Amino acid sequence: MPGKVDLLQGTLDIMVLQTLSAMGSQHGYGIARRIEQVSGNQVLLNQGTIYASLIRLQQRGWISGEWGTSENNRKARFYTLTKKGQKQLAAETAQWHRIANVMTRILAWSEGDTK
Amino acid sequence: MSIGTLLAKLIAVFQKPKLDRELDEELEAHLQLCTEENEKRGMSPGEARRAAMISLGGVEPAKELHRDSRGLPFLEVLLQDLRFSLRTLKRDASFTVFAILIIGLGTGASSTVFSLFNTVLLRPLPFHQSQELLWIANGGESGLSGQTTQVGHLVDLKERNHSFADIGAYFAFYEAGDIKLSGTGEPERLTGVPVTENFFSVLGVKPLSGRLFTPEECRWQGPAAILLSHQFWVRRFASDFSVVGRTLILDDRPAVVAGVLPASFDFAASFAPGQRIDIFRPFPLAFQTNRQGNTLAIIARLKPGVSFGDAGTEIRVFAERIAKERTDRNDFRPVVTTLQDHVSGSFRAPIVLLASAVGVLMLIVCANLSNLLLARTLARQKEIAIRAALGAGRSRLISQVLTESFVLSSGGALLGLILALAGTFLLSRTNAFSIPLIDHLQVDARVLGFSLATAILTGLLFGLTPAFHVSTLAPNRALKEGSRGSTGSKGRETLRSLMVVAEIAFACVLLIGAGLLTRSLLHVMQTDPGFRPETAVTMRIDPSANYATQVKRNAYFNEVLQRVASAPGVTAAGITDSLPLGSNRSWGAGAKGVVYPRGQYPNAFVRIVSDGYLDAMGIRIRTGRDLTPTDSLTAGRTILINETLARTLWPGDNPIGKVVDLDGGREVVGVVHDVRHLALEKESGSEMYLPIRQTDDYSSVDLVVRGTQSSADLAAAVRTVLSSIDPGLPVREYRTIQELVDRSVSPRRFFVFLLVAFAGFALVLASLGIYGVVSYGV
Repeated sequence: MPGKVDLLQGTLDIMVLQTLSAMGSQHGYGIARRIEQVSGNQVLLNQGTIYASLIRLQQRGWISGEWGTSENNRKARFYTLTKKGQKQLAAETAQWHRIANVMTRILAWSEGDTK
Repeated sequence: MSIGTLLAKLIAVFQKPKLDRELDEELEAHLQLCTEENEKRGMSPGEARRAAMISLGGVEPAKELHRDSRGLPFLEVLLQDLRFSLRTLKRDASFTVFAILIIGLGTGASSTVFSLFNTVLLRPLPFHQSQELLWIANGGESGLSGQTTQVGHLVDLKERNHSFADIGAYFAFYEAGDIKLSGTGEPERLTGVPVTENFFSVLGVKPLSGRLFTPEECRWQGPAAILLSHQFWVRRFASDFSVVGRTLILDDRPAVVAGVLPASFDFAASFAPGQRIDIFRPFPLAFQTNRQGNTLAIIARLKPGVSFGDAGTEIRVFAERIAKERTDRNDFRPVVTTLQDHVSGSFRAPIVLLASAVGVLMLIVCANLSNLLLARTLARQKEIAIRAALGAGRSRLISQVLTESFVLSSGGALLGLILALAGTFLLSRTNAFSIPLIDHLQVDARVLGFSLATAILTGLLFGLTPAFHVSTLAPNRALKEGSRGSTGSKGRETLRSLMVVAEIAFACVLLIGAGLLTRSLLHVMQTDPGFRPETAVTMRIDPSANYATQVKRNAYFNEVLQRVASAPGVTAAGITDSLPLGSNRSWGAGAKGVVYPRGQYPNAFVRIVSDGYLDAMGIRIRTGRDLTPTDSLTAGRTILINETLARTLWPGDNPIGKVVDLDGGREVVGVVHDVRHLALEKESGSEMYLPIRQTDDYSSVDLVVRGTQSSADLAAAVRTVLSSIDPGLPVREYRTIQELVDRSVSPRRFFVFLLVAFAGFALVLASLGIYGVVSYGV
């Protein structure tokens, strides 16, 4: 069985943006759990790093956060994607697909070459 | 990084406590949510919490990650260093106060000197396009007559030149208090400068209100008009614009106020430092004023694109030609300088000297502080070693030490700036120093920049040695070694001793310089001026228009002299038209019957005096007699000459009874001691004294009174007598003769005073340096 995937630099930010885009408003723990679940527990997520990512995204104006109450009545800070964040996510997604496509093509080509 | 993000980060740095608290809460919520979920999955409460902690990766690392991406690490380190510095400096308050005091005094002194340097030498003169302005002096003989030019030359030069946009002039022989203002309010003596019609336009001055002089007013005997200086307008008329167009009574004749000049135009600051100019009058360029001889100080404005050298050449060529064409006129040997040079040129050397002195002083300040800081670092060796052992990097330790020195130098700079503001304010307000433009002294952007640069530079200079020292510190050795005294290594001791040696050497340079200048000042003050300044006062007593004829004026003088001399406490009283150390004029004075080659005709300074003047002034008679009331209009023409003139005209011969070729021949009745009339440091030239009752060639009259009581009492006694003779006479102001002497040496005293202050400060600093080394070194 393959081990968990180490996160590539910068990918956590995109994951957070995408999670917020899919789920709407969510707190830090919720985002972390969601990423773990969606990735089928394949991502090796140090949940603490999510907070560095959240402050970074806030300072860039891509998400906003405010205090609220969770479903089981706990006080937590909820984050929401901003308009600017939506645009950024779209751009990042497109960029990611482009890189992934290129990588896939190149890797496929080199496999064929060795056969 | 975008500006918005940078701003967000910057805000985050300053909201640290709030953000940290929020993060704590957020992480706590995270742990609780996670623990609950784990419990739901069947873990025990303890295990659930532990698992939550593990998946978070620990609270502290999470916080650290968050903080690193939240703020600006560089700024936070700086702020941390700053806070730490402030804390340690607060703990060592006496050191801090001392250090800030030293730097403050140092920067204060250097900023003040720099503002003087800036105002007098760097800043352009306060005139429009002042770099185009030239000063055309007449390099004939000594004295003011020798530097001024005859009206005819100016008129011809204006017509014929190609280099100048315009040429103006002022009458250089105006005297302080020449004009009597009467009519409404208390009668007052005013100082007025006669100027040519275009004088203000040459300088680029426009009236604040009203107009400049009309051509009509600038004609001989034209309608009387005056312009008010801003200062006088504010003082006498409380800035009332309605004074424009009104008529004032000047010297008992009406004159209309044509306008008020702007505050930015300060004639005295540039041309007559230490004087107070009240009004300006038109000076006609006419046949009648041409006859007065050399009278004008000329200022010219270059045409755009014409060089200084070309203009000079043109004037010299003009002067040669005019000398041949107009043999009837006085000599014109033009000496052209920039106006800036004329105004402040002679102050360049002393101010540069002062600036150098202050530079040396700042070096001592730096050496001293460096030493202090080094001693402190040695004392804190253990603390630093512990911090190094705990993992503080070398660069962090150095930046800490540098931050400390910057905190000190900024504190010092702040104090220095306050001192500089106070210093420049005081210097610009005191009237005691006749230094050009000193009224305009102020702390401007350039001075601020200078102070800032000084602070940063001193911070670097005195912070570098201890910082270097910290970087070479070996923690294990420092920790092992015991007491404070044994920690300094030989090399460091040598360095500190060298610095003290340098301090003492610099201090000696300043002390010797100050000593030499003080000695030369004392020398100047001890020179025999030829008169005795003590216990004598002087007052302007120009006869009013009631005394229209010479006979009437002579009667007035007789009455004044008789009654003042018999006033209580008065030992001698006399009248003169020009006091020593003021402006001067000279006339040709040859021996009758001698033919002199052209250009070698003897000149002598002219004083027009009454009997009693020599006694009142304390001028000694060598041979012959003093003037008497009988040297009157109807008696034979007489004259007194000084020893220099006697030697010049009749070398080796007894001059008594000889005749000077003046007013058709004046018989020498006495020879008097030489008087230093120009300046205390200048040798007196030839001088002659004409009896006031035998000429009307005087424009102002000063009464000189010598007495046995204090100058205030003396002045009061004289005032009472004068008021009874002429109630309209303004007699409020009097001067002591000592004041005249003091004013004439004031620039020199000013520089010596500052230099002595600096040297004293340097001596204190150097002594402190020695004390520091000795007290830490034992």
